[in-house]
Amino acid sequence: MTKPKIIIIRTAGTNCNQETGYAFERAGAQVDVVHINSLLANKKVLNDYHVLALPGGFSYGDDISAGKILANQIKYHLLDNVKTFIREKKLIIGICNGFQVLVKAGLLPSVDMQQQDVTLTFNDSNKFEDRWVYLKVCSGKSAFFKEGSAPIYLPVAHGEGKFITRDQGVLDKIVMNRQVILKYVDENGEDAGYPWNPNGSIQNIAALCDSTGQVLGMMPHPERHLEPTQHPRWTREGLREWGDGFVFFKNAVDYIKQNFTIR
Amino acid sequence: MGTGLGGKPILNTDVFCFAPPDTLQEKIPPGVLHPKRIFRGVVAGVRDYGNRTGIPTANGALYFDERYLGNPIVFCGTVGLIPKDMCEKNANPGDAIVVVGGRTGRDGIHGATFSSVELHEKSEQTSGGAVQIGNAITEKALLDVLLQARDKGLYHCITDCGAGGLSSAVGEMGQDLGAVVNLEKVPLKYEGLSYTEIWISEAQERMVIAVAPEKEAELLTLCKSENVEATVIGRFTNDKTLRLFYNAQPVGEIDMDFLHNGIPRLERKATWHKTVFEEPNMPEKGDYGVDLKKILSAWNVCSKEWVIRQYDHEVQGGSVLKPLQGVNNDGPGDACIITPVLGSRKGIIVSNGMNPRYGDIEPYNMAASAIDEALRQIIAVGGNLGQVALLDNFCWGNTNKPDRLGSLVKTAQGCYDVAVAYGTPFISGKDSLNNEFITEKETIVIPPTLLISAVAVMDDVRKAISMDAKAPGNLIYLVGLTRPELGGSHYYHVHGYKGNNVPTVDTALGKKIMDALSRATEWRTVRSCHDCSEGGLAVAAAEMAFSGGYGITIDLKVVATEGVIHRNDTLLFSESNTRFVVEVQPEHRQQFEDIIKDIPHGLLGKVTPEPQFKVYGLNNKTVINENIYDLKETWQAPLRW
Repeated sequence: MTKPKIIIIRTAGTNCNQETGYAFERAGAQVDVVHINSLLANKKVLNDYHVLALPGGFSYGDDISAGKILANQIKYHLLDNVKTFIREKKLIIGICNGFQVLVKAGLLPSVDMQQQDVTLTFNDSNKFEDRWVYLKVCSGKSAFFKEGSAPIYLPVAHGEGKFITRDQGVLDKIVMNRQVILKYVDENGEDAGYPWNPNGSIQNIAALCDSTGQVLGMMPHPERHLEPTQHPRWTREGLREWGDGFVFFKNAVDYIKQNFTIR
Repeated sequence: MGTGLGGKPILNTDVFCFAPPDTLQEKIPPGVLHPKRIFRGVVAGVRDYGNRTGIPTANGALYFDERYLGNPIVFCGTVGLIPKDMCEKNANPGDAIVVVGGRTGRDGIHGATFSSVELHEKSEQTSGGAVQIGNAITEKALLDVLLQARDKGLYHCITDCGAGGLSSAVGEMGQDLGAVVNLEKVPLKYEGLSYTEIWISEAQERMVIAVAPEKEAELLTLCKSENVEATVIGRFTNDKTLRLFYNAQPVGEIDMDFLHNGIPRLERKATWHKTVFEEPNMPEKGDYGVDLKKILSAWNVCSKEWVIRQYDHEVQGGSVLKPLQGVNNDGPGDACIITPVLGSRKGIIVSNGMNPRYGDIEPYNMAASAIDEALRQIIAVGGNLGQVALLDNFCWGNTNKPDRLGSLVKTAQGCYDVAVAYGTPFISGKDSLNNEFITEKETIVIPPTLLISAVAVMDDVRKAISMDAKAPGNLIYLVGLTRPELGGSHYYHVHGYKGNNVPTVDTALGKKIMDALSRATEWRTVRSCHDCSEGGLAVAAAEMAFSGGYGITIDLKVVATEGVIHRNDTLLFSESNTRFVVEVQPEHRQQFEDIIKDIPHGLLGKVTPEPQFKVYGLNNKTVINENIYDLKETWQAPLRW
């Protein structure tokens, strides 16, 4: 076994497990997709993995609120294992519904917080929207993104993606700690309103990491821009080698290879 | 999920027919909801269910006509992927009959029969129970577990509980065997259902599978591990009889042969009398910009972005050609393409064709045109006729009435002839009849509505073509033959006419044109391509221009026509079939013209850097000269909700 091992958690309503798994595989990882029931029945399994991924979808239908039920399963049945996972310098990623889960499980913006300080709520447009957005990497704190390149282009597809904080203090703190990883921008990298910011997130926040930088939540879907043919304008602009999302998975795999002895 | 041993859904397509959203409230009969409300509700339903089940809704259409007021039509289709060796299914005597997934409720009683009865003011109250109450997550969990069970070989026959619910599922599976069902074992949403209701409820998210006794335990364990309910409700037998019990009381017994073959074949009378509509006598004009804008802003032509964006068309990660295309990701694509197997370059193309207004004039031509439209969309995006399958959906009025049945027969004849000529088989279809709404004053009959869906396989999706104009200086061709065919056209429609010269399909020529264009795209000589449908050449070329963010200038004098056409409006707006507007780079001109030299075509003009859509008429004067952003705004405004 020479590849980093990824565990993708799925449950009823998880939709993006296959393409997320495929993306990690293309980046050189070994992937297992595990049902939450099976993981809760044997929590120790988590020790075998380097990256825990919560993919997009509508876990349990997003009934109650987006990601809430799966979040509670993690919060009340798996939190110790997850904390150990983070202590061991491993990575956790939540994409779209996975981001909603991480936030509602209390793993973002900090695993040690006493209460839920941030959330993802209904888009300002008040409807589900599938559209492509430009993103600026504004911090190098997360292993998944390297700072300072041109805007990256990924799709969003959600109805509850508007990031808000409990109060200004929480917002100031995550900004100061450089936990804001991705911001919605226009094609020139500048702040812009709707539809560039597709949901009305404060300060155009699209992705957030925890205080360690190991836990990342993001609304855009990197696994949907892996192949160059997924770009909405490839028939105009030509085919590149990889879509913009690939580097996200590559960075994670590289991080694991650098920080762990993989047997 | 119920085809063969179960497929994996990889794409949804949704086509809706409503009355126009701006219908005046005074015109809404009692018992009918306003079409705008129905429209919003249907979109919300597809959005919530489709998105949550993780299936991309990547294709669709909207069609508006006043006659859908009492009977809105919603077509939903799914494309699935199934291993070739899992297409056969058979239940065996002794197999457990297992119902998997959702529970049975009182929702959806007589749903299938309801969908084919005439409606009236009281239908809302008397037939409310016919509507099923779905739950997307129950469906998704069921799908996840069934695909695992399929791959482990835990069942060897599966049928969905569609029309007729358990009665038809068990009845179909046990046709050659016989079955015993204990109806009290069926899990219920709530108490109080009679055994009849249990047997015929069409509640959603339920599948019936046949499980060999030695696999029962493993199947039930698998389902339980993912919180999916699975219950043994009976056994298949070998006595060719269907026996129903409720708490050990026999409540039904019928011979399987009689059940399946006992109904005598009906004979119906069909007649067809051609209606002659008023032929418009519109004076020729110097400028048709206003007419173009009227068509672009017509409900059937205008941008559907408001709907499309609410559907997740990219889940599963296979999106190649999205429904919205162009420099700002908002132009109207012809067909969608996905790669259902990640990492493979093989693609699936899905398109649809429909034009009920042609059917008012001549149903045969409506069918021919709908097939031609669906096929040319496949060709326009870079596909070919080699591996195309068709589906037909018939929604009609009361076919007990000879004239309604007559138009259905003519439509079916058109389907047969054109499918055979193009070599594109029909692999499935569906129908819903009696779509009539009875008010105190009148009976509203829906127009004869044939939806043709086409599915094609593409070997290399990197050869796909989008419809947006790509670069100034590129040449614009019109490939195909233009005839004076404005009957049923949008041009006539916006002026309040129907006319009579409905578009025909010349399949021999059509096949030659489509094959040539496929070669041209295969050899990468085509930069963009858009088929001519509603609004004809003018609308197709204008859409290419504003989707690409460039101007287009064309000259009507060089349009290839049948006979001589003297009128600019006919050349601009005729909806003749099998025509494509094609953009070619100057350096590929020779190669492209070599490929199309034997088929009618004209080099009409080129893409320009100035954002102007300019058309020169037969008299060398401009007959359209419009800013592309104005045209785009006109096209986007109606459904910007």
